[in-house]
Amino acid sequence: MSENNVLLKMEHISKSFPGVKALDDVNLSVKAGTVHALMGENGAGKSTLMKCLFGVYHKDEGQIYLNGEEVDFKDSKEALEHGVAMVHQELNQALKRNVMDNMWLGRFPKMDNLPFVSEKKMYEKTMEVFKDLGIEVDPKKVMSEMPVSQRQMVEIAKAVSYNAKVIVFDEPTSSLTEVEVEHLFKIINDLRNRGCGIIYISHKMDEILRISDEITIMRDGKYITTADAKNITMNEIIKLMVGREITNVYPPKDNVVGEPLLEVKGLTAEYSKLSDVSFVAHKGEVLGVAGLDGSGRTELLENIFGIATRRSGEIYLNGKLIKNSNSRESIKNGFAMLTEERRATGIFGVRDIQANSTISSLKRYLNGPFLDDRKMEEATQWGIDKLHTKTPNQKTQIRALSGGNQQKVILTRWLLTEPTILLLDEPTRGIDVGAKYEIYELILDLAKQGKCVIVVSSEMPELLGICDRILVMSGGRLAGEVDARTTNQEEIMTLAAKYV
Amino acid sequence: MKKKFDKKQILDLLLNNAMYIIIALLVIYVAIKRPKFLGLASIVNIISLTASKLPMALGIAGCIVLAGTDISAGKIVGLSACITASLLTTVYKIFPSMTAPLPIPVVLLIILCVGGFIGLVNGFCVAQFDLHPYIVTLSTQLIVYGLILMYMMLGTNNGMALSGMTDSYKKLVTGSLFKIGTVSIPMYVLYAACFVAIMWVVWNKTTFGKNMFAVGSNKVAAEVSGVNVKKTIMMVFTLAGMMYAITGFIDAARVGSANATTGLNYESDAISACVIGGVSFVGGTGKISGVIIGVLLLQVIFAGLNFLSVNANLIYIVKGLIILIACAIDMRKYLTKK
Repeated sequence: MSENNVLLKMEHISKSFPGVKALDDVNLSVKAGTVHALMGENGAGKSTLMKCLFGVYHKDEGQIYLNGEEVDFKDSKEALEHGVAMVHQELNQALKRNVMDNMWLGRFPKMDNLPFVSEKKMYEKTMEVFKDLGIEVDPKKVMSEMPVSQRQMVEIAKAVSYNAKVIVFDEPTSSLTEVEVEHLFKIINDLRNRGCGIIYISHKMDEILRISDEITIMRDGKYITTADAKNITMNEIIKLMVGREITNVYPPKDNVVGEPLLEVKGLTAEYSKLSDVSFVAHKGEVLGVAGLDGSGRTELLENIFGIATRRSGEIYLNGKLIKNSNSRESIKNGFAMLTEERRATGIFGVRDIQANSTISSLKRYLNGPFLDDRKMEEATQWGIDKLHTKTPNQKTQIRALSGGNQQKVILTRWLLTEPTILLLDEPTRGIDVGAKYEIYELILDLAKQGKCVIVVSSEMPELLGICDRILVMSGGRLAGEVDARTTNQEEIMTLAAKYV
Repeated sequence: MKKKFDKKQILDLLLNNAMYIIIALLVIYVAIKRPKFLGLASIVNIISLTASKLPMALGIAGCIVLAGTDISAGKIVGLSACITASLLTTVYKIFPSMTAPLPIPVVLLIILCVGGFIGLVNGFCVAQFDLHPYIVTLSTQLIVYGLILMYMMLGTNNGMALSGMTDSYKKLVTGSLFKIGTVSIPMYVLYAACFVAIMWVVWNKTTFGKNMFAVGSNKVAAEVSGVNVKKTIMMVFTLAGMMYAITGFIDAARVGSANATTGLNYESDAISACVIGGVSFVGGTGKISGVIIGVLLLQVIFAGLNFLSVNANLIYIVKGLIILIACAIDMRKYLTKK
C-alpha cells in the first residue's frame, strides 16, 4: 500500500453553507485498481464532497491531488479532461439525440480535411469503445428510446473514451434489474483491472460488500474511517454510519390482517401493458408488489389511483363499486399515492415544507372561505414530529432537504388526508438506513391502525421484511401471489420472469 | 483564502441586489440634477402611475407563478378601454342608436365578462392542449387586436379615438380621493389598494392560491396530489383577464380617451415589474408585495428618465435592458443553489 499507488487524494476538505458545516475536515484517498465505496446516510456529505471534487462547489479548505499533483477543477468538463468522470444518479444526457452524439458531444471528430463532423468516424470510435467494454448498444439509437441501464452504459463508455482514471458511480444500481446490475459489476471489475480508481456511492450494503476493496464512511459531514472491505461487516458499517446500532433491519411485524377492504377485478390499462389484474387487499395488511422494472408495478398503482387511463376493470372498496377516475376522487375515497420519482412527481421544489405538507388536505384548514394559518402550521408540525423530519423550520424550501426528509414530508402530505389505503411506490428509494427503518415503522404502524398499505419495491428483502403477502407482476400481468412468511427470493424471481 | 471568500460573498450580494442598486443610484442622480423629482407632485404622480398599472401586474403575476406568461394582456386592456369609452360616453359614435350612456355597473360587468372570457380562452388552451402560454397568448393577442380594430370601425366612428366620456365615470375613476396640500390623490389609487388586498387574500388565504403555486412549482406532482390542475390554470388566466379589463376601465378615464393602440406594450411593463419584484419565471414563487415593489420601482425609473428629459425612444431600450437584467439576476438564485 505505497503512497505512489494513490490516484486521487482529497485532504482536509471543508465546506460551509450559511448556517451549516456540510463538510468538516474530510479525507478520501483512492488507490489505482481498487473500488472505493463512499458511505454515509443521506446528508452525510457524500454528494457535497463529490461536488467539491468536480468544481460544482468551491471547497473552503483542503487540497485535492490527482497523481500527486494538486488540482482544482472549475467544472466537470475540466475534471473529465483530466480523467476524472462521474456517472450520475440522475443521468444528464441529451435524450433526443442518439448514443454517439452523446458520447462525443463537445469534441465531435472531424472529417480529415474539412471542418465538418464525421459521422463515420464517430460511429467507428463508438463501436471501438463498446466492443472494448462488451456493451451491446446501437450507437445510432436515440437515447430516450433506451432503458436507463443502457443509457448508464453509454455514460460509462463516455468516461472510458475520455481515458478516465477515476470514475465516480453515484447510486448506479437504483433503477437496474438484477441482470443489469451483474453486467454493471462486470464492467466495474474490468475497469478496476485496468488500473482505474472507482468511487462507488450506494446505500445497498450487499453491493458494497461484494464489490468494494476499501470503504470510507462519513457521518454528519465528518470523516469517520476508512476500512478494508474484507475486514468489516454490514452491522459494523451501519453502526459507523448512523452512530448507533440498528439491531433489526426491519421492525417487528405485529399487525393483524383483517376483513377484505379493497378488491380489484380485471384491471387493464389503456396506454400501458397492464392487463387483467385482480386481487384483494385487507384491512391492517401490508401488501407487497414485486416484479422487474417495466413489469407494470407502477402502472398498477397509477391505475388504481386514477392518474393513468383505465380500459376496463372494477375497483370495490368495502364491497362498493368505486370509480377513482382521477386523483381528487381517489383522495376522497381514502386513497393516497406516493410516487416513484420523488423529484419529478412528488415534491414542489421551490415551495416550503408547510406548502408541501398541506397541499392535498387544504380543505381541512378552511375557516369559512379562507385558510387558517395556525391550523396549517399545527398539521405541518404534527408531521415533522411524527416522522422526525429534520428541517430548520416549516418555511424551508423542500429542495434544501435530503432525500429521506423530502420523502417524510411527502408521506406527511398523505397522512394528513387521513387515508385508508396507501399506495407507496418505492417508498425507500435513495434513502439512508436510518430513515428507511423509520418508514418501515410507519408502514407497520399504519397497518396496525387497520389501514391497508400496498408497497411496490425493487428490493426483495424489503418486501419480505415488512409485507404480509406479495403480488408478483410480470409483463403487465399478475404472475402470482405469495405469502411473505413462507416464500423466498427464488420463488419471487421465478414468478417475476413468468411472462417476460 | 478567507478574504477571497468574503469578496465572493460581497459580489453575490451586489449582484443579487443589482436592480435595487441601479434604481437607488438613478434616484440619487436624478434628485441631484432635478431636485423637484423628490417633490410632492412628482411623488404623487409616481404613486398614481403605479396604482394605474397595479391591477394588470397582479393579474399577469399569477400567470408567471404558473411558470407561464401572458402577452395578450395589453390588448385586453385596450379592448376593455375601448368598450368602456364607447358605452360611458355622451357622443354615441360606435352605437349611434344609443340615447343615453349605460349605467356604470353594467359597463363594469360587461368588460369583466369580456376580459374574463378572453382569459378563460387563454387558460383553456393552455390547460387543455398543454400549449405554452407564450404561444397561446401570442395568438389571442392578435385575435383581440383584430377585434379592437373591427370594434372601432362600428357605427360612425371609422376607427377614430374615442373620447367625450361622461363626467360621472371620469369622476369615479380620476376624482380626488383626498388632497395633500394642493396635490390631489386620484380615486383609482384606492381601487388599486383594494385589488392588492383582494389578490393578497386570494394568493395566501385560499385553496385556489395554494393550488396555483403548487401547479407553478410542479404540475405533475400537483395532479398526483389531488390538485385540479386544468381548473386552476383556467381560473388563473380568467382572473388575470378580469384584472386587465379593470386596468382598461381605469385607463380610459385616466388618459381621457381610448383608441386601438391603448394598452400597447403594457404587458412588457407588467412582466418586467413582476420579475423585478421577484415573481420568478421558474414558477411557483412570488409575493404580492414583490409585485407592488416591482411596479413602483419601474415607475420610479420611468419618471426619473422623464425628469432627465431622456429621449422617449431611448426609454424602449432601457425597458428591454431592465427585463433582461432582472431575469438574469433572478435566474442566478436558482442556478447557484443547485
